[in-house]
Amino acid sequence: MSADIKDRATPSALEVRGLCKSFDVSAPWLNRVIERRERQILRAVDDIDFNVPRGGCLSLVGESGCGKSTVARIVTGLHRPERGEMRFAPGNSGQPMTAQMIFQDPYASLNARWKVFDVIAEPLRELKLRSGKQAIRDRVNELLEVVGLSPADGAKYPHEFSGGQRQRISIARALASEPEFLVCDEPTSALDVSVQAQILNLMRSLQDELGLTYLFISHDLSVVRHMSDRIAVMYLGRIVEEAPTEVLFARTRHPYTQLLLDTIPDVRNPHRDRPLRGGEVPSPLNPPSGCSFHPRCPFADDRCKREKPKLMTCDDGAHIACHRVEESGGLPAGETVSA
Amino acid sequence: MNVLEVRDLRVEFPTHRGVLTALDNVSLSIRPGEILGVVGESGAGKSMTGLAVQGLLEPPGRIASGSVTLNGRRIDTLSDREMTRIRGREIGAIFQDPLTSLNPLFTVGAQLVETIRQHLPMSNSAARSRAVELLAEVGIPAPSERVDHYPHQFSGGMRQRVVIALALAARPGLIIADEPTTALDVSIQAQITALLRRLCVEHGSAVMLVTHDMGVIAETADRVAVMYAGRLIEIGEVAQVTRDPQHPYTQGLMGSIPALGARVPRLQQIDGSMPRLNAIPPGCAFNPRCPQAGPRCRRERPGLITAGAEQAACWLLEGGTA
Repeated sequence: MSADIKDRATPSALEVRGLCKSFDVSAPWLNRVIERRERQILRAVDDIDFNVPRGGCLSLVGESGCGKSTVARIVTGLHRPERGEMRFAPGNSGQPMTAQMIFQDPYASLNARWKVFDVIAEPLRELKLRSGKQAIRDRVNELLEVVGLSPADGAKYPHEFSGGQRQRISIARALASEPEFLVCDEPTSALDVSVQAQILNLMRSLQDELGLTYLFISHDLSVVRHMSDRIAVMYLGRIVEEAPTEVLFARTRHPYTQLLLDTIPDVRNPHRDRPLRGGEVPSPLNPPSGCSFHPRCPFADDRCKREKPKLMTCDDGAHIACHRVEESGGLPAGETVSA
Repeated sequence: MNVLEVRDLRVEFPTHRGVLTALDNVSLSIRPGEILGVVGESGAGKSMTGLAVQGLLEPPGRIASGSVTLNGRRIDTLSDREMTRIRGREIGAIFQDPLTSLNPLFTVGAQLVETIRQHLPMSNSAARSRAVELLAEVGIPAPSERVDHYPHQFSGGMRQRVVIALALAARPGLIIADEPTTALDVSIQAQITALLRRLCVEHGSAVMLVTHDMGVIAETADRVAVMYAGRLIEIGEVAQVTRDPQHPYTQGLMGSIPALGARVPRLQQIDGSMPRLNAIPPGCAFNPRCPQAGPRCRRERPGLITAGAEQAACWLLEGGTA
């Protein structure tokens, strides 16, 4: 697939084309032989394209198993892509931008036996970004203050901090190597909502001050809406809709995005008596033929069962993979008849 | 008559460093057919309230004072044996993770039949057909085949439906659902909350819905109780509390939820974090984080004060400043 994602006002920090990643989840060899089971391949990421705008934030949203975390891990080099290319734009130094990652669980991602000072100093020492004890100490103290902690906190162990403070420590560690690109994999989903607001505000102000580019991974559309310039919705390893945030919310075209927006509970505008939308996420081990959303889609027809939709570009900068939208020339699915 | 009536409940955990008060003066009630949402952040005591009602406090935790009354009968003074008879028969429980609430070694049918026969005098075959009915009721397709399947053969949402069927098996008057949708994806979450609401209306059961998610409360519950540091700080009709919260903590909580409608440059945030149980400040537990706290808040603990159709524990409601 070579979707045309070029026409952008802002230059890209990261361009991803045709990215694929499969995992072999087969049973052990002996079981396969005895029980006559076949090899099982899970296509976690299936031919996806996206651009992350420089100094902006692209979010990947989707339900569990849609491949969003796999993309994050490929971008940071924790997984090797099977196919496709990934190009970081040159950063301020002229070299390609470097990426760092903030993980979901601040309890598992900090070494419990290290003092906070050492957690943050490690990248400085390892990458030889500062030399001399005093220079390292100054830099760590500065980083602690940037994320809203005090230099005295460096002498404590991670267990002495609450979840929100630990996530601040993870952010300080990620910033230590002066990356220009941050991959945030559900950075607030382990946190309580009032603490989540603190972390999201911190991430926003860091972006403004340091000119960071974010690739943000989340399942929470309201958080994503708050953070991003563009949103890519993933379903079973593919991007089904990618659009500027305001376009996505104002003109939701893909039936799956419509379903997601219909079902998230909204505190300010609860719709208790909404029509119930059925169906379940199919197993990624055995995705449906054609458009993988067709079994749950109210607008599906024979073509959807047969043919995989391609990502098409609309005039307002949205990219949609849906036969219904394509047939109507870019109208939201479901509006074809009335329009 | 209220199905559940909790009065001045106080739960303590004696430790060798002193007694920790996990729940302090919690009072609430649920009418038949009503869903009461209990909301709060981690450590606020919302799950503890549900456990205390069911008599499931882990030792050394104990109910130090107050009372729990179920259908007019006091149950906090009953022996473990008597409570075992009440759990399942009169109180149904739904927990967060449907996989750990089901036994992986038995078919869902076997587990349903066991639960039904434990509480109701029924033959094996009658209980089995009742199990199929229950599965149909909670919206499991092809229930007569699915009854013979094992838990691992169900998806997350379907498993949670099975757990709900188990909780309903003996038609309890009270259902305690502790974060029933937290482990599920959003599109499935809506199906489960709708199911809870339907069952509540059809059977007239009272439901205590414990969750951290204000959105789920707004879309599911009739009334909501907001907890903070083991105390009840605000209780009232859901529409009232979400639209016009009275307690500064609830106001901050609502403000910190990113909106789906308009986009704001900065979220409202509550600085600091909830105090640990061994460091609850004197007076109002929220006073160190409260932007409107005054000297009285640091001295005296406010009780629930009626403000219109709801109640909140805040001195500001007694007129003027604190």
